[in-house]
Amino acid sequence: MSQVATMHPAVEPAESPLTPESWGKLGMWVFLIGDAVGFGVLLAAYGAARATSADWPVPYDVLGINLTAAMTFLLICSSVTMVKALEWLGKGDRQRCQIFLFLTALGGAIFVSCQAYEWGHLIHRGLHINGNPWGASLFGTTFFLITGFHGLHVTAGVIYLLTMIRVVARRLDPAASYNAVEITGLYWHFVDLVWIMVFTLMYLL
Amino acid sequence: MAAPAHSAPHQGRTHHHPNYLMIFWWLAILTVLEIGVIFMPMPKMTINILLGAFALAKAFLVAAYFMHLRFEVRTLGLIAVTPLAIATLLIFVILPDSFAIIKQTEKKKPEPAAAAPAHR
Repeated sequence: MSQVATMHPAVEPAESPLTPESWGKLGMWVFLIGDAVGFGVLLAAYGAARATSADWPVPYDVLGINLTAAMTFLLICSSVTMVKALEWLGKGDRQRCQIFLFLTALGGAIFVSCQAYEWGHLIHRGLHINGNPWGASLFGTTFFLITGFHGLHVTAGVIYLLTMIRVVARRLDPAASYNAVEITGLYWHFVDLVWIMVFTLMYLL
Repeated sequence: MAAPAHSAPHQGRTHHHPNYLMIFWWLAILTVLEIGVIFMPMPKMTINILLGAFALAKAFLVAAYFMHLRFEVRTLGLIAVTPLAIATLLIFVILPDSFAIIKQTEKKKPEPAAAAPAHR
C-alpha cells in the first residue's frame, strides 16, 4: 500500500499528455477506440461469413442503395452541422451553437427513421434474421446485427446531442461548455465514420 | 488539403478549424464516385479495390479534419489507427479457416459430368 502511494502521488497531473484540453476527451477517445474494435470484429466476421458462402446475394441488388446513399449524405451533412456548432461556440455564439446542435440531432433522427423504414420494407420482402429468399441465411443475420448496432449508436447520439443543447443553454459562459461539445462531436463523427465503412462493405461491395 | 482557417480560443488553448465545407464537398464527391463505380464495366476486383480506397479516403477525411486528429498529438493519432490494424489483422487470422471451408464446400459438390452417367 505504501509502495503504491509512493508511486502514485495523491495529486494527479493537471492535464492529460495526449489531450491537454481535458481528461474527458481522452476518456471519449478510449471509449471510441474500444467501440471501433467492436465494429471491426463485426465487420471482419461479416467478411469471413461472406467469403465462405457459396450463395451470398449481391447486396445492392437486394437492399437497394438509393435510400442508403441519401442516408449517407445525411450523416455527412450532420457531421458538418456538428463542427459548425463547435465553431460557433468557439466564437462565443451559444444560440447558433444550439441551432446547429439541433440540426445535427435532427439529421440523426431522420437517419434512424429512414433505417426503420428500410428494415420494415426488407422484412416485408422476406429478409429475416434467420433466413431470406435470396440465399445465405447469414446475409440477414449480419445485416440486422451490424446496421442495428450502428442504429443504436445513432439513437444514443441523438439523445446525447439533445442533452448537450440543454448543457449549452444552462452554462452562460461559452468556454465552459466548449470542451463538452467537442467531446460530443468526437462521438458523432465516429458514428459517421463507422457508417462510411458499413455502407461500403455491406451495401456496395 | 484544407489549411486551418482560424483558431477558436478555449480556456487558454487554441483549436484549429479547417475549411469544413471543402471537406464536405470532398466527402460528397467520394460518395458519388463510390456509387458510380459499382455500375462501371470494370473487373470485380478493380471495383472492390476502388471502393476500399474511396472508403478509406472518406474515413481519413472525417477522422483527420472533423475529429481534428490532424491537429492533435501524433501519439493519439497512432492510437486511434490501432482498431483498423486489429481489424486487418483479424481478417488475416480468419483467412486460413475461410479457405479451408471453401475447399470443403467444393469437395462436397458432386461433379456434374461424373454424376450424370450414374443415374442412367
